[in-house]
Amino acid sequence: MAVSQSAFKQQLKKYYSFYTGGFVLFVVLLGIGEKLGMPNKWIGYCFLVFTILLYAGIGIMSRTLEVAEYYVAGRRVPAFFNGMATGADWMSAASFIGMAGTLYLSGFDGLAFIMGWTGGYVLVAVLLAPYLRKFGQFTIPDFLGARYGGNIVRTLGVIAAIIASFTYVVAQIYGVGLITSRFTGLEFGVGVFVGLAGILVCSFLGGMKAVTWTQVAQYVILIIAYMIPVVWLSVKHTGVPLPQLVYGAVLEKVTEREKVLTNDPGEKAVRQIFADRAKAADDKIKGLPATYQTEKDAVAKKLEDLKAASAPKNEIEAAEKAVKDFPASPDAAKAKWAADKGAAAARTGPPKAHATPYPGKDEAARNTAKWNFIGIVFCMMVGTAALPHILMRYYTTPSVHEARVSVFWSLFFIFLLYFTAPALAVLAKYDVYTLIVGSKFADLPAWVNAWRTVDPSLLSITDVNKDGIVQLAEIVIGGDLIVLATPEIAGLPYVISGLVAAGGLAAALSTADGLLLTIANALSHDLYYKMINPNASPGMRITVSKILLLGVAVVAAYVTSLKPGNILFLVGAAFSIAASAFFPPLVMGIFWKRASKIGAIAGIVAGLGTCLYYMVHTYPVFIQWFGTTPMQKWFGLEPISAGMFGVPAGIITIFVVSLITPAPDKEVQELVDHVRYPNLEGDIDTKGA
Amino acid sequence: MQLTQTHIDYWHKNLRLTGILLVIWFVATFVVAWYAIPLAEIKFFGWPLSFYMAAQGSLIIYVAIIGYYAWAMRKSDIEHGVHEGEED
Repeated sequence: MAVSQSAFKQQLKKYYSFYTGGFVLFVVLLGIGEKLGMPNKWIGYCFLVFTILLYAGIGIMSRTLEVAEYYVAGRRVPAFFNGMATGADWMSAASFIGMAGTLYLSGFDGLAFIMGWTGGYVLVAVLLAPYLRKFGQFTIPDFLGARYGGNIVRTLGVIAAIIASFTYVVAQIYGVGLITSRFTGLEFGVGVFVGLAGILVCSFLGGMKAVTWTQVAQYVILIIAYMIPVVWLSVKHTGVPLPQLVYGAVLEKVTEREKVLTNDPGEKAVRQIFADRAKAADDKIKGLPATYQTEKDAVAKKLEDLKAASAPKNEIEAAEKAVKDFPASPDAAKAKWAADKGAAAARTGPPKAHATPYPGKDEAARNTAKWNFIGIVFCMMVGTAALPHILMRYYTTPSVHEARVSVFWSLFFIFLLYFTAPALAVLAKYDVYTLIVGSKFADLPAWVNAWRTVDPSLLSITDVNKDGIVQLAEIVIGGDLIVLATPEIAGLPYVISGLVAAGGLAAALSTADGLLLTIANALSHDLYYKMINPNASPGMRITVSKILLLGVAVVAAYVTSLKPGNILFLVGAAFSIAASAFFPPLVMGIFWKRASKIGAIAGIVAGLGTCLYYMVHTYPVFIQWFGTTPMQKWFGLEPISAGMFGVPAGIITIFVVSLITPAPDKEVQELVDHVRYPNLEGDIDTKGA
Repeated sequence: MQLTQTHIDYWHKNLRLTGILLVIWFVATFVVAWYAIPLAEIKFFGWPLSFYMAAQGSLIIYVAIIGYYAWAMRKSDIEHGVHEGEED
């Protein structure tokens, strides 16, 4: 090593301090530009181009042809910086943009994700990271292969790593496309490929080394972008710039306001209108097939009447549209009316109590909510401790001790964002409940009008009862709005909106990088090098890895451009899958010497099998895809929590099968001792090239 | 390679610490979630206690658990002579 580790650390601190200062200066300059009349679109482009060029610069500077640098960043990433990189690797577009919105919409129940996505690091810290670091090879299937011997376990590991990472990476590229298209006006498909270019410049030339140093840079941007608007909003509503400490008082006010709105006559009137609409739709469905013709005639007659009465042009156009869009068959009408009924029925209830755990109409409903909360917490936690792209990061620290400290920094940096998100949700809710609700439609703030025209799926407000006043029941908010619109809600200049977009982009790109690298490495290292061609030269191994990276990236972008279903479900599914497949064999492999090869194979199959079986029999989209018969949900648990069954199935299977098959040989026992002690005299060596 | 009594002690101490920390983790997570409805009756600086824990309190406990583990294990590494050489 040319530079000593401490000099290297000093150097890093200097570089990243300059970098942070430079970035802040860049934002300030753009802010001045805005004051001088720079158009918003340019500001958006500046952020996009500048940040991607920056990541490309770091990527080019970190180019490497050394195997250890390419796969594990030369194992010299200090704990603090590895913590930041893990934070960026971890926090995806879903955390950055979606989290606060989920909390806004679901209140207490949404906190399951906050708990699950932080508490999982306790498991990483005490059950996995130090031991994997001591083992010190390149991938997670590496460990499974060495601990249990043979290629079957390794292959199963590769398959599980690819399933989990691929579902997850699609969600990230989707996020990248969404942000790029929203802030630059490019088309979604083009946005996806611009984003893809951004992802590849980070990882293509320098593998893990480049990804690590860009992720640190991306963390800095994303945390600044998240904090500024929230702090501002907090000053606006509480006068204190520390939202996390003071939003308890705001939450109390929100709860008060919910009670008022629940009994408000205007609110009740609007809810009644939606109840009537739901009932009307229901009547139409029940009256099929007769109602199909009567409704069709009614729509046509309305158009005639309007024309005869020479009604205003826009009313006639609306009626024409209704005739044109009328369902083509009774079946299509049934589907459409059912959707109408669902949409109206969803808006008939009083506001959800934000602070109340497990709201429900009776004991059974509350119990189901409680079990689902626990299920999500459990699966997200165990999934965290099993996702290969996260565990891989702990191979990159210089020592076991640094790996332990690094988990601490990882969670600390993640915690900064995760304990802010609930505060943001409450502050935004307070703003909407007090400043928007009850105001006149004529004097809605500018940001409301801007967003409802730009994207009605994120914000729609219609005067349902025609009283000219905004009722809460008249507002529909899409979760992503909360983070995207906070700068405007807080009254900040557009440059901060650009900054938030850059932050979201950083979050999505950094996670996508880590995931793509995991997939490419599983294929190039575990499949190609370890199984197909063990004599490959280091240069050849890196070349193969790069080609695969490119290939996987293009396939992932293609799948993304098809816009597959519910992204949030896909992310959750990745956690349950990883938890069921990896957690039992990894942890038992370290803590139980008796865990045998056959036991591990059976355990992975049983865990993954149980998890997938539950998903394809309970998740509607999968039922449709695979033509399976729907089944009763066990304990009412949603398919996202399939890991609740997969993980115990894996653990029990490994335990039972290991006991009835021969114990592992002496070499494996020594390997287990090897990973348990940071430094052991006369020890075996697993470092490898 | 033969493990000495010190090595075995080190591992048992590690298991004990891991076990205790996981119990704290379990209480901060699942016990809090299980009793969330009664805990919501208690007010904590404006937050219902269960909301505070799930949004902030348990998270702080997690960070503390990991920090303590890194510190205590380093100490134990040195006491039992299994620590690594200084890299810096």
